[in-house]
Amino acid sequence: MNLGPHADFIVAAYGLTVFVIAALVAWVVLDHSAQRRILGDLEERGVTRRSQRGGS
Amino acid sequence: MPVIDLANPTRFLNLANRVLPWLAGATLVLFAIGLYRAMGAPDDYQQGATVKIMFLHVPAAWLGMLGWGLMSLAALGTLVWRHPLADVAGKAAAPIGAAFTFICLVTGSLWGRPTWGTYWVWDARLTSVLVLFLLYLGVLALYWTADDPGRGSRAAAVLTLVGAVNLPIIKFSVDWWNTLHQPSSILRMSGSAIDPSILTPLLIMAAAFTLLFFTLHLAAMRNEILRRRVRAMRLMQAQEVHA
Repeated sequence: MNLGPHADFIVAAYGLTVFVIAALVAWVVLDHSAQRRILGDLEERGVTRRSQRGGS
Repeated sequence: MPVIDLANPTRFLNLANRVLPWLAGATLVLFAIGLYRAMGAPDDYQQGATVKIMFLHVPAAWLGMLGWGLMSLAALGTLVWRHPLADVAGKAAAPIGAAFTFICLVTGSLWGRPTWGTYWVWDARLTSVLVLFLLYLGVLALYWTADDPGRGSRAAAVLTLVGAVNLPIIKFSVDWWNTLHQPSSILRMSGSAIDPSILTPLLIMAAAFTLLFFTLHLAAMRNEILRRRVRAMRLMQAQEVHA
């Protein structure tokens, strides 16, 4: 595939897009595991939400 | 399951956990097809291979605007019905919409240099999209810096609704003013002005970007619900310590 005389601009546009999307994906994945870990720690210490108390 | 049941955060979490792997898989498949077709698309007779930047720039622009539209609906849900899931949806969409608007601005700039001879001009289309990006940053600042999350959410919802005025300005800026940016060539009354050999991969890439947006949004909403549970549990714990 020949990207012509402006290949640098095309490669930079695709590179930046991949970087930003990768950062977004990393953000949601890492944030999810962090929230799950904190919730697990709190539940291990016996902390429950009000709705869970009402149901038990 | 009735749609109204999804307004319950626990039911919403269960649904998100089931749907997310399928959404992510469909996104990857569409991106694979879209990129294959985009790389195989012919060069433009005037712009040459730089037309390949369009396959990123146009979907990113659409999603930057769609993100704000979605946040505007969520803002109504926050201010009028005071529904917590509406606030969750608005807060989760803000960083994703900001990222797509950023991609739109930078890829547009990288496309502009070889085609227009400049990275930037202060024409109505470019400036109104920059304003959209700054509005996104403002909403994010309100969400992330407010001492009281409720007040931060209401302030962000008001700014979102005020900022929604910018959406038709972006869309019609190329018709209302004389701009360097080209007029609309896809969504117009007389039909698309783009050849099918370029339009088809563009639409596939737009579908892939849209699925990516909704996958990320659903995942971010799930994270936000968990974050609010953590906050509620920490408050309960603090109250028990002081009791």
